[in-house]
Amino acid sequence: MKRYLLTASAAALVLAGTAGFASARDQIQVAGSSTVLPYAKIVAEQFGETFTNFKTPVVESGGSGAGIKEFCKGVGENTIDIANSSRPIKKDEVQSCIDAGVKEIQEVKIGYDGIVFATDINGPDWALTPEDVYKALAAKIAVDGKLVDNPNTKWNQVNPNLPDWDIAAYIPGEKHGTREVFEEKLLIAGCKKLGGVEAGTASGLDEKGAEAACKAVRKDGKAVDIDGDYTETLARIDSNKTGVGVFGLAFYENNADKLKVATVGGITPSVETIAKGEYPVSRPLFFYVKKAHLGVVPGLKEYVDFFLDDQMVGPEGPLAEYGLVAAPDAERAAQREAFDAGKTM
Amino acid sequence: MTDVSIDTMPVAAAPARRDIGLKARYRAERRFRIYGVLAISVGLIFLAIMLASIVLKGHTAFWQTTVTLPISFDEKVIDPQGERATDPNVLIKANYPKLAENALVAKLGINADDKAAVRKLKGFLSDGARVQLRDIVVSDPSVIGTTRDVEVLVSANMDSAFKGQIDLSVDQARRKVSDQQVAWMNQLKAEGVMAEHFNSGLFTFGASSRPETSGMGVAIIGSFYMMAIVLLLALPIGVAASIYLEEFAKKNRFTDLIEVNINNLAAVPSIVFGLLGLAVFVNFLGMPRSASIVGGLVLTLMTLPTIIIATRAALAAVPPSIRAAALGLGASRMQMVFHHILPLAAPGILTGTIIGLARALGETAPLLLIGMVAFVADYPATPFDPATALPVQIYMWANEAERAFVERMSGAIIILLIFLMAMNITAIVLRRRFERRW
Repeated sequence: MKRYLLTASAAALVLAGTAGFASARDQIQVAGSSTVLPYAKIVAEQFGETFTNFKTPVVESGGSGAGIKEFCKGVGENTIDIANSSRPIKKDEVQSCIDAGVKEIQEVKIGYDGIVFATDINGPDWALTPEDVYKALAAKIAVDGKLVDNPNTKWNQVNPNLPDWDIAAYIPGEKHGTREVFEEKLLIAGCKKLGGVEAGTASGLDEKGAEAACKAVRKDGKAVDIDGDYTETLARIDSNKTGVGVFGLAFYENNADKLKVATVGGITPSVETIAKGEYPVSRPLFFYVKKAHLGVVPGLKEYVDFFLDDQMVGPEGPLAEYGLVAAPDAERAAQREAFDAGKTM
Repeated sequence: MTDVSIDTMPVAAAPARRDIGLKARYRAERRFRIYGVLAISVGLIFLAIMLASIVLKGHTAFWQTTVTLPISFDEKVIDPQGERATDPNVLIKANYPKLAENALVAKLGINADDKAAVRKLKGFLSDGARVQLRDIVVSDPSVIGTTRDVEVLVSANMDSAFKGQIDLSVDQARRKVSDQQVAWMNQLKAEGVMAEHFNSGLFTFGASSRPETSGMGVAIIGSFYMMAIVLLLALPIGVAASIYLEEFAKKNRFTDLIEVNINNLAAVPSIVFGLLGLAVFVNFLGMPRSASIVGGLVLTLMTLPTIIIATRAALAAVPPSIRAAALGLGASRMQMVFHHILPLAAPGILTGTIIGLARALGETAPLLLIGMVAFVADYPATPFDPATALPVQIYMWANEAERAFVERMSGAIIILLIFLMAMNITAIVLRRRFERRW
């Protein structure tokens, strides 16, 4: 028994010791946005199937911010190679990257993503405008040039063409990458059109404060932040048939037999209208590549090239089939050129 | 006579009973029993609802629809230039989906020149057919030029339609399978070539973006590695620590402090151990991200307090008479512990260990921070390779948009529950079998 215990603890120490000297990494590691995750997964899987000499990349989810933070931890084997992001990298994030030694970052835009409003399939048709969304969901709205607490409780008070439903909207939570598009393209846009910024400055706020007041969402339970994924939003709509949910275009298209989509500004969201730039609520998707890892981590360059190939990100590729809105031809060619030229930020 | 005497007995002969609230106390007991039964039934009802919903949603995940097609491994499709002898890449890059499509077109009796009809077949078979057929050809190139029956997976949407999970009454523009595809499906079903089989892929495939080719293979291996690491590290360290604390250490303020801390550690939220693992193992010691070794070490830290507490309780339950007898017969303290106390405490130690392992098996939160909540398609060859774990796979599938992943998620929950139940039953059996009472 004694001998056994001694051997066991010795084995444990050896095991813990060798872990520090792991062999060189031969697998690409990717982390970041949960919106980009499904696309990255499709590419990673096909990359592994096509290039049998490379391993399939490992793709973590966790959100744009978390991914960029991991990305900016430094250069080396135990740091990730690519950060997926549903928004452009921020200046202070670039700075923290540089401080940690990640001096050269290559930005790659993979296409666009649209967010849509959808209701239960059996409900009436919906036609929304950014103004409606602002009037229904902002904490304070502009009435006669003054900011007042949002008095609206039903959609038809916001716009007589909307149904007589209690306002109940399931919107992306604040840590969601989608939230920024929602604020930018709907709340602030609607606010500006209705003179909310002027009303804000008139009541003593500076320009920045007025804009912040525009995108403040009401906290009285009529707008519900969903911090989980779209599955949760779908479940909320299932249980509250007069609720309105915000979804990614891809998610809506996968569940079109349960959901009815609303037009925004008279435009029905679809791959075509987003690619043309007609549908207002869309955003570009990115990933960021650590240039120092190119040529060190096997397959990294091939992975990015494969990702940018038209058979992946092109309008006929599997990503478009899943819901990604392909960038116009010229833009895709420019992305490939910029990456091959080694252009850094 | 006797009747009369009883009748005429003076009532006052029986002493007046003092009211000691007997009725009220019985009532209180009855009420309390009802509360107990209610509490248990509420618990059981919720358990039943949970299990029923999981099993109802998940049992279909164990079946997968396939089409058995006579695939002709046509040299003109696989290797049109005849270069395979010189360039091995030809066999890897060949257009295998075309082989499956050709076979399906022939089976359905579609005119191969009718491009519009052929295009409607898109999305009928799984894209996984490419890898499936490639593996056949690469492992045995002599099949080229022959025809062989192959069970090809159908796409997730066709699989759902076949299982009746897609509402076919709605307009075909609003669902993922067209009326034509449903007609073909019924045709193949009538011929008996399209059928449901046991879904062994659920246990062998790695992660995939296609529901029909995704499975828990990587997760099962990752969980196995982690459990092995936890068992290898936590059991010896935990038992040694408890033996020292219980049998050898002096009882003073310092050991009391250690005891309080161990009890506190057992209650620390698991995510905290994940943060610790990220800081110490990945950032400081430079261990690889997403690897099961790091996961195993983190879970070891998390399981240690549980094992130490259980082991100390088991050691303390061995009666002092055994110790006294061993010492009295001239055994040293170490002999006393290892020859007498430890064997008697073993069932308790094992039970504690298994319960600790079962808890570690179900953890996701600490794995999130060390990068194990990830898409991993390749089998991990060693614990240093990226891997996932069973509960992580459930979480990843819960986040998917496709309907077919919902049943897979429930199926994965069933598998995890079976693992956990097996472990807990082992613990109970061990305790029943070997436990001694004094």
